[in-house]
Amino acid sequence: MVEILDRQLLAEGIWQTKVLAPRIAKAAKPGQFIIVRADEKGERIPLTIADYDANEGWVTMVTQALGVSTRKIVAKVAGEHFADVAGPLGRPSDFVTEPIEELKRRRFIFVAGGVGTAPVYPQVKWLKEHDIEADVIIGAKTKDMLIYTEQMKAVAANLYIATDDGSEGFHGLVTSLLEELITEKGKQYDCCVAIGPMIMMKFVTMTAKKFNLPCIVSLNALMVDGTGMCGACRVSIAGKTKFTCVDGPEFNAYDVDFDEAMRRQGMYRTVEQRALAIAKERTEGHKCNIGLDK
Amino acid sequence: MANKIPRVPVREQDPAIRATNFSEVCLGYNLEEATLEASRCLNCKKPRCIDACPVNIQIPQFIEAMKVGDIAKAADIIAQDSSLPSICGRVCPQESQCEGSCILGIKGESVAIGKLERFVGDWHLNNHSEITIPTKNGKKVAIVGSGPAGLACASDLAKMGYQVTVFEALHEVGGVLVYGIPEFRLPKKDVVAREIESIRRLGVEFETDVIVGRTVTIDSLMEDEGFDAVFIGSGAGLPRFMGIEGENLNGVLSANEFLTRANLMHAYDELYDTPIYVGKRVVVVGGGNVAMDAVRTAKRLGAQATIVYRRSEVELPARIEEVHHAKQEGIEFKMLTNPTRILGDDKGWVKGINCVKMELGEPDASGRRSPIEVTDSDFEIECDVVIMALGTSPNPLIASTTEALETSRRGCIITDDNGQTSRKGVFAGGDTVTGAATVILAMGAGRKAAKAIDKYLTEL
Repeated sequence: MVEILDRQLLAEGIWQTKVLAPRIAKAAKPGQFIIVRADEKGERIPLTIADYDANEGWVTMVTQALGVSTRKIVAKVAGEHFADVAGPLGRPSDFVTEPIEELKRRRFIFVAGGVGTAPVYPQVKWLKEHDIEADVIIGAKTKDMLIYTEQMKAVAANLYIATDDGSEGFHGLVTSLLEELITEKGKQYDCCVAIGPMIMMKFVTMTAKKFNLPCIVSLNALMVDGTGMCGACRVSIAGKTKFTCVDGPEFNAYDVDFDEAMRRQGMYRTVEQRALAIAKERTEGHKCNIGLDK
Repeated sequence: MANKIPRVPVREQDPAIRATNFSEVCLGYNLEEATLEASRCLNCKKPRCIDACPVNIQIPQFIEAMKVGDIAKAADIIAQDSSLPSICGRVCPQESQCEGSCILGIKGESVAIGKLERFVGDWHLNNHSEITIPTKNGKKVAIVGSGPAGLACASDLAKMGYQVTVFEALHEVGGVLVYGIPEFRLPKKDVVAREIESIRRLGVEFETDVIVGRTVTIDSLMEDEGFDAVFIGSGAGLPRFMGIEGENLNGVLSANEFLTRANLMHAYDELYDTPIYVGKRVVVVGGGNVAMDAVRTAKRLGAQATIVYRRSEVELPARIEEVHHAKQEGIEFKMLTNPTRILGDDKGWVKGINCVKMELGEPDASGRRSPIEVTDSDFEIECDVVIMALGTSPNPLIASTTEALETSRRGCIITDDNGQTSRKGVFAGGDTVTGAATVILAMGAGRKAAKAIDKYLTEL
């Protein structure tokens, strides 16, 4: 049992949960993730680590409530417990083990989309702690769906916002903003890190390619154990099968078969949708879709 | 003459009924049946069964005790060599071990040693005497992995007075006994959980959700957490795939994933959240116990289920009992068949598997006749799920995060006969050393390492 210390609503359907997990907090590095099981009947859900403090022994995660399991996770409040939190899993970001002097010469641009903003934060924070500058783009559908802007402002060299509807910052997609920064604002970058929905990462990769900008993405594949045991998270990297959980989650973006990765994310969609519909009926009562109640 | 009695048949669930549920297939002997079966043992002067047992259980001796109804004594005799009789009685390949060498088996049927062992093991779980927790000697040992190797090692060390903590990566203790072997073959609550409970009562502590190599390392356990020795029993958890076209289509999964969803995550039970996709027709590739477990699980979840194996039936590595049970349950066996390509529809989901016919050639390194492809024998099996049960290899996580821990080219941790690794104070045993093998070998390796750890820490 893992105690929940705090829960905050960040945007509609997106919650930040802080848990007491001293071992994980001590071992965590940027780029890694955890597996959370809300209760005894729950699914093992991989979530990226949003922040951690080794001294205080806590870890935070950001969860968007989409299915039965993520709803269970966000429903837990301070003082309650998760059945399990395991981690940190996956390989840390490559830069963690690279020479600091080299990193200081590297010009980073992070592109964060939606809940993908959360895992970007510990990376930029780590760089900041090591006096390495990084620019950050945060994208969302609309102003109200932006998360982590304040935290990010504190650690990013420059923070740029993009919203699909123009309600804040740049009006348009993160890819257009990235392109504008490079072509019109004269920004020069040596490394792009994109984390967000698979489709966003695919298009950021295409944009980066236009400028020969090296690009890294963090994949959010389906997983069961997260330790290399099940292979549910198989992805094709430069034509070779890799496991996201142990070989990733970060990969060279140019090597990723995004279309396959997106397709594989949908493997259990119908089963999950059915489960969600059943769960909804249990709480909200049955609504007849074929008119028998009329 | 005791040996004139035919082997006492064991009661089983009716095949038609059990193919729709997850309750245990084999119901086991009752006391009367067990005593009668025990009476068949000739108590040979030179018992071949003992040598054929990987841990050399004193088989005729425990059966002699059963003949006179002294089950407690039988349990004590088994306990000298095995710490998990109710589990091994169920999952050991007896036909190639003890029972395979039984004299009675030459002209007739061997003594049902496995079923007798199971009876004694279950009796012990129901009638265990008060466990006296040994006085602690002040030394701490960490066990990595809570499968058969780790459990056996932990239990022996605790009895010697060591303070033992078992670290398990998953959320439940038991390793392959919990995530791999299905309920219908090895009941979790009635058998596995109770075996673990008896180890817990020896004072062994279990910490779940700790991934050694990530959450902690072998070095941090020894340097920061004060463990005097470590035993690695992390198993062989990494699934193999064939490397054929279409293997990443939706609907292709490892047996590990399929079984973990069903067993550990209880996906077959509607009350649990984890989804499982079984489709209408499942093809399981492979011929070992894991393949049988996967195909029979698929059948129980309502699919039409087929085994595809590249050699012939006599080469099937699975326990004979599992093959027999699978056939009774209506599993289709396509032998001498090898997949070459998995076929997908326009949305990227499996729609079939392309195979070739095989024939057997000369024996290979394993002594089995190696399968050779029959030219122009391509054919297609329609299916919507393909499960790969091709074996597993050790997880590299521990080796890659532990400096100077030597491994073989196959990724197995290298040890001497007593489980000593290339690192001082670090021992290993079970599948992580041998590659995927059996529960009893892992259990035996765990016990051997416990002795070596005791010797190491006593002489330190």
